[in-house]
Amino acid sequence: MHELPVMQSILGIVLRHALMHGVKRVHSISLDVGELSDLEEEWMQKYFDHLSRGTVAEGARLKVRWVKAVLVCDGCSTRFELDRNRSEPPACPGCGGTRLSLASGREYHIKDMEAE
Amino acid sequence: MGEIRLIEVKEDILSDNKREAQELRGLLKQSKTFLLNLMSSPGAGKTTLITRTIERLRDTFRMAVIEADIDSTVDAQKIAGLGIPAVQIRTGGFCHLDASMVRKGLDALDLDRLDLVIIENVGNLVCPAEFDTGSIKNAMILSVPEGDDKPLKYPLMFTVSHALVVNKIDYLGLSDFDMEALSIRVRALNRDIEIFEVSSKTGRGVDAWAGWLAEQVNAFVA
Repeated sequence: MHELPVMQSILGIVLRHALMHGVKRVHSISLDVGELSDLEEEWMQKYFDHLSRGTVAEGARLKVRWVKAVLVCDGCSTRFELDRNRSEPPACPGCGGTRLSLASGREYHIKDMEAE
Repeated sequence: MGEIRLIEVKEDILSDNKREAQELRGLLKQSKTFLLNLMSSPGAGKTTLITRTIERLRDTFRMAVIEADIDSTVDAQKIAGLGIPAVQIRTGGFCHLDASMVRKGLDALDLDRLDLVIIENVGNLVCPAEFDTGSIKNAMILSVPEGDDKPLKYPLMFTVSHALVVNKIDYLGLSDFDMEALSIRVRALNRDIEIFEVSSKTGRGVDAWAGWLAEQVNAFVA
């Protein structure tokens, strides 16, 4: 839903780094995105293509690595993936504990880019 | 074709907005103004909860409200009707507020004469969670008719909120809403979140919520 401003931000950062490194053309951009965020890959690319027209990032491919949402149990330190399709409240598969912390799933980073 | 290089970027996707939000928090610290960002889906009861909060806290704090609406001024008129300064930000179709939009709203207010400003964010459980508004604390409302499964479908907002108001508890008897299940789901995402069970309509639980908010404001402006 909010891919447009997000892609605008990504493009701004990419162009800033492209300028710093004297880049003529950006080929790809690697992103780490937590699966708890609500971005849609297809729309990300479409909006990026639209926004990047006429810049050195035109035609660049977005490579999104989706980072799983992982919970850690307070009681026994078991790490397990949050299953959002499960209707029962999450519980530790090791000890059944429900005191849990979110270890990953909120990532929102631009990692690197391939450019010439 | 030239040589292809790998350039490290290592930046947050929304780093510009984050920077702007940090600047805003600096300004708020200077003027000793607490900024609360209130989020929820449409119809969960943001405007009514704000109205109840104003009634409880207006004698203690100098308050104002920033209203975000895609294209109407109905909510801002309601708040202004209470004699509280209200600034309307039309997002022009945007589904959320970001720090630069909030900055414009704050610029229209006399921050040196305000202790507490509440942002009524755009009614939406998804997008507002992604954008730091520059607020000191975030709160969200989930209303009973929306269901206790919402943390599964819209997890991000639950992870960024310091307080969750479960509103419309006067509907509990009419639904299969499971407060215990909700609480486990929410705390798995955000263990430190404060949960308040509230009915803005009957007034039940509003004091506990307003008390929490007052504590946050006092701690910030002290």
